[in-house]
Amino acid sequence: MVKSVMIVGVGGQGTLLASRLFGAALIKSGYDVKVSEVHGMSQRGGSVVTYVRYGDKVNSPIIEKGEADIILSFEQLEAARWLPYLKIGGKIIVNTQKIDPMSVVSGETEYPEGVIDAIKATGVKVKEVDALKLAVEAGSTKAVNVALCGVAAKMTDIPKEIWIESVKETVPPKFTELNLKAFDLGYNL
Amino acid sequence: MKKLLLGNEAVARGLYEAGVTVVSSYPGTPSTEVTEEAAKYDEIKAEWAPNEKVACEVAAGAAIAGARSFCAMKHVGMNVAADPMFTASYTGVNGGMVIFVADDPGMHSSQNEQDSRHYAKAAKLMMLEPADSDECLKFTKLAYELSERFDTPVIIRSTTRVAHSRSLAEIGDREEVKLREYVKKPGKNVMMPAMARGRHVVVEERVLAQKIYVETEALVDGINKIEKNDGAKIGVICNGISYLYAKEALGEKASYVKLGCTYPLPEKLLIDFAKDYEKVYVIEELDDVVEAHCKALGIKVIGKEIFSLLGEYSQATIRKAVLGEEFESLSADVNVPARPPVLCAGCPHRGLYYVLKKLNVFVSGDIGCYTLGALKPLGMLDTCICMGASISSLHGKNKADPASQSKNVAVIGDSTFIHSGINSLINVAYNQSNTVSIILDNSITGMTGHQQNPSTGITLKGDATAAVSLEKVCEAVGINKVLVCDPNDLVATEKAIREALEYDGSSVVISRRPCALLKTVKHNGARKVNAEKCRSCKMCMKIGCPAISMVDGKAKIDFTQCVGCDVCKQLCKFDAFED
Repeated sequence: MVKSVMIVGVGGQGTLLASRLFGAALIKSGYDVKVSEVHGMSQRGGSVVTYVRYGDKVNSPIIEKGEADIILSFEQLEAARWLPYLKIGGKIIVNTQKIDPMSVVSGETEYPEGVIDAIKATGVKVKEVDALKLAVEAGSTKAVNVALCGVAAKMTDIPKEIWIESVKETVPPKFTELNLKAFDLGYNL
Repeated sequence: MKKLLLGNEAVARGLYEAGVTVVSSYPGTPSTEVTEEAAKYDEIKAEWAPNEKVACEVAAGAAIAGARSFCAMKHVGMNVAADPMFTASYTGVNGGMVIFVADDPGMHSSQNEQDSRHYAKAAKLMMLEPADSDECLKFTKLAYELSERFDTPVIIRSTTRVAHSRSLAEIGDREEVKLREYVKKPGKNVMMPAMARGRHVVVEERVLAQKIYVETEALVDGINKIEKNDGAKIGVICNGISYLYAKEALGEKASYVKLGCTYPLPEKLLIDFAKDYEKVYVIEELDDVVEAHCKALGIKVIGKEIFSLLGEYSQATIRKAVLGEEFESLSADVNVPARPPVLCAGCPHRGLYYVLKKLNVFVSGDIGCYTLGALKPLGMLDTCICMGASISSLHGKNKADPASQSKNVAVIGDSTFIHSGINSLINVAYNQSNTVSIILDNSITGMTGHQQNPSTGITLKGDATAAVSLEKVCEAVGINKVLVCDPNDLVATEKAIREALEYDGSSVVISRRPCALLKTVKHNGARKVNAEKCRSCKMCMKIGCPAISMVDGKAKIDFTQCVGCDVCKQLCKFDAFED
């Protein structure tokens, strides 16, 4: 049985680190794991997606429409963009933060109203999280990614200790404390 | 021991384990991490070269000297490296040599979608194609054995999804490989007509020997694999990542030939395999290389009739094309605007582009972060072809239409200028056009993720070294007007560019400010908008800064993004931006 987790957001939000954290925790739990990332252009404020797949034996490193068990979205609009990738019956976690795409910044178009309601209207269960608030509480706006991982971690059957160990290994040493706090705030939400 | 490694990290690990000592590359997504990771091993002398041609020549020289050597590049970099590569095929090696190329189907970070497999055939070089990180590591080590056995450089081809996916790889110890003895052999290593004629014979004989290898020993080595499933009616011939997509989509409904070597391709192996199946599909991203080979052999296969020549494949592509199945999916009833990448908040290119827009000039573009200046609201690029083309193609335009010269500029980054812009600038000075070349010196190779280059004064290993003086290079090649400006100072930048445009002769403006993302750059704090002073004129919105938006009719700054570059402040006539 292979499980698929998609981490989506905006370049610069730290989705890559989140996928690495997932990778570390899953390996420690004895799974075969594949994590697919896109580097380069996507670092520059574009829509970014990373795929995490785990199970006894994983073939493809990527996730296609209707295949994701969990979508962890770092931003509202990105949750709507990638919703078609969610498996029927899958779960979606949405950070309520809004980041304007350039077409909105330049006034060509507007950031749509009621994004989360529109997602809910499809019948999907949505877990809303104000991760920016959690990150600020932990001590830095940059900890949004680890706070969100905390929320998603609760939905997996991996023991918390393994996650904690993985956070320690994945984040830069001088930010360990801060990130552990952010993870905890997300986990206990 | 198994470790979760990025495909590119696994290649680097393979280099370490294979005893490689010399690595030279030019960065390019999705190939960059191989060289960055290789540099972390003390045993490997890893360097950034100014371009891929130089990198390939360094590797060729190291191989002739008797070391195991390596160079890495992205697909378009192979165009630059092609010259030494084609002739290194004739000289062969002494120590093993591997050329790594990463293709980018889907063009996540590239200007074209060329398929490097054509190069292997054209240069008559064996090409290996791993599908996951474990194969990246194993194939890299095997490539050195094959290189030395067949006396040839070997190409390893990766693609974005192989290069940038993490999967488990079995890691081992390093095998120290002694420098092989160098023996002077002009007939082998001096390629001029009389010697090259003899070497071409050797090349053709080598390919024949490799053709036998791919039918036989390659199966033992795990390079080519045949995987038969009982009762399967479908046969699949595939390579690289397509194998994993096909396995995901078709599982045991199909039997597979996985080609880990796409040049030379086997013949008998494919003919024999195809006989057993009602339908045989060739599943390969990009061009019909394997398919054309099968069809030429008279094998009845289905390929590009149902699979695209464009973009990436996936399990869904294959499921749909072969089985006619699609997974059910949901979509929210909301209009989702596209989110292309943008110039970062505080990016020094933004101020420059604002000035260029104000001056309403034609902009000949180049490859780097600043290519993003093509997007709205700046929308400033007129052309972008390849590395270094900004200056040379503008020279062409200026020769074709001299009357437009004072309304044209070329923009090129510091690393791209070193890569091949220098040649273009020499051409401008030598052939005399009033070309204005703007070097966007952000003191780093930005787009590929902050690599050092010869103008930064720091090596790949982090050591201090000689730094190219851009001003002196420009002067030395014959540019008499070289101006320097800070692009975050809009007035000074406009003055410098106007001066260059008005100058009768070729000129260079160095627009100099380090990349805002560099850790060494000290930022001012985020600015604030005084809502009472903001008159909603939207002047600040013209620069396309991702940290500024209009909320309830007033400009608002996103404090998580703003670095206080103050370009917006200079545009605001009402002093609404405050520290």
